[in-house]
Amino acid sequence: MAGAKMGFNTKRQTLWGWILISPLCLGLTLWVAFPMGLSLWTSLTEWDMLSKAEFVGLKNYITIFTEDELFLKSVRNTLYFTVLSVPLQMIIALGGALLLNTQVRGKRAFRTIFYLPSLIPIVVSSVMWLWLFNSQYGLINYLLHSVGLNRVQWIDSRHMVIPSLTIMNIWNVGNIIIIFLAGLQGIPKDLLEAVEIDGGRYWHKFRFVIIPLLSPIILYNMIVNMIKCLQLFVEPYIMTGGGPVNSSLSFVLHIYNNAFKYGKMGVANAMAWVLFILTLLISLVIFKTSCHWTYYEGDR
Amino acid sequence: MMKTRRTGAVVLTYLCLVSGAICCLIPLLWLVRSSLMSTEDMFKLPLIFFPKKIRFQNYAEVFTMVPFAKFYANTIFVVTFNIFGALISNLMIAYGLTRIEFKGRKLMFSLSIGTLMLPAYVQLIPLFIEWNWFGKINTFFPLIVPAFFGNAFFIFMLCQFLRTIPRDFDEAAFMDGANYPLIIAKIILPLAKPAMAVVAIFQFMFTWNDFMGPLLFLNDREKFTLAIGIRTFISTYYTPWGVLMAAATLTILPLIVLFFSAQKFFISGLTLGGIKG
Repeated sequence: MAGAKMGFNTKRQTLWGWILISPLCLGLTLWVAFPMGLSLWTSLTEWDMLSKAEFVGLKNYITIFTEDELFLKSVRNTLYFTVLSVPLQMIIALGGALLLNTQVRGKRAFRTIFYLPSLIPIVVSSVMWLWLFNSQYGLINYLLHSVGLNRVQWIDSRHMVIPSLTIMNIWNVGNIIIIFLAGLQGIPKDLLEAVEIDGGRYWHKFRFVIIPLLSPIILYNMIVNMIKCLQLFVEPYIMTGGGPVNSSLSFVLHIYNNAFKYGKMGVANAMAWVLFILTLLISLVIFKTSCHWTYYEGDR
Repeated sequence: MMKTRRTGAVVLTYLCLVSGAICCLIPLLWLVRSSLMSTEDMFKLPLIFFPKKIRFQNYAEVFTMVPFAKFYANTIFVVTFNIFGALISNLMIAYGLTRIEFKGRKLMFSLSIGTLMLPAYVQLIPLFIEWNWFGKINTFFPLIVPAFFGNAFFIFMLCQFLRTIPRDFDEAAFMDGANYPLIIAKIILPLAKPAMAVVAIFQFMFTWNDFMGPLLFLNDREKFTLAIGIRTFISTYYTPWGVLMAAATLTILPLIVLFFSAQKFFISGLTLGGIKG
């Protein structure tokens, strides 16, 4: 209808539509569909990028689960990091946003300061934290020591390296705070006032108004951050090289090593597919269970 | 009773916010402080909080130890083309998806959004193989070309924005004999300037901070961008910490300047992308 009004017939309109979105179609083919197909094919071969690829079927998938001890270790490390990071990020971001959403002075200044770390490239923050975590000359241990606490080995310790990376990760939680804050500001005032009139405390507002209305945003950020955490790479690559004793060897770092250090393209691609399916599964579980705790206005 | 409770809550709020702010700032201040110290002073106990001898020489050494100016130029080169590509492609695509009715556009929109859920690192090895086939490893092509094909995050954001512009504008232009490219350039673009600014700023940040792309696709030190250039200071034998910190400070400086000069675009970009997911 609109097309006819504009003096365009539908055919021409369709043609223009496809012309305008052609970069998207090409992009999806060249940078998504084709690489994924290629990756799937490569995962079924033995290939070092120099000689000819040799088809081996599912051998790579079997190898990584049965013979590669580091693979399961890298999965465990990555899951540990994710399970530690994501809930802490959500809680701290929500707390920060709630505090900023009260009548505090200097709200803008706080918002700016909280966001600053999110601006810093991961390489820079890795180098910076490498120095802060230094067990002898790092600021953190120095402060701990000066208040009479024991020094911690941070990234030099097998047990502390993943928690250390988590602390780093929480440092740049500011962008989530800003997203939550915008969500909080969108909550209708009359709903909160209704709770007050009914004699409700802050807890009731939180439990029955704020959390339900914010839940879609929490869900979205949880998934986005989970995907990010599962792809942990730069921090261990720069700071520890996966050590000590492979205790910070992340999934992606292991994939990278296999592909570019050991020249096992097939194995690396098989691992990438396992990571992909794992990510998909976890997202699916979160989505499926989310209907119990998320609330969409349209459902009323 | 009520009043003391109130005051207590206010004090606690400020206490949390201020300590949070301190935690955010101290690492950055420590970075700048360390960038002005000699390596010797950095490794002294008890720690020297404020360097007595400020060593600006670190900043000069950043440029003499490695070709840091070249890293800077390379990064600016790649970033410029990325912004250019992102601005054109995403506006075109978003216009096509929201303002022209044709079969298949809803599907394409969903497919595009679907890519947001793909872990980007999974595609990196096949992309490397692909660019190797094209014979473009160790060039800037793999870092620039994909920006001309749209990005799901930006497409989504611009679609949201374009839906707020009344369709009558396009129709009136058609009456005057305009065509789609003309409408995009003359009517939509001027109205979409704030949204385009958000696209430009975020593309700047993505490309400036990108580590994995340059790591995979660039081999020669002469071609490095800042993100991987910093790494050249770190070595198992000797790491010049003061110079490294100066290099890190120089890398984040443009980001900080950009942030403070365009803060409102940062905030609106974040909230647009994050809320409507």
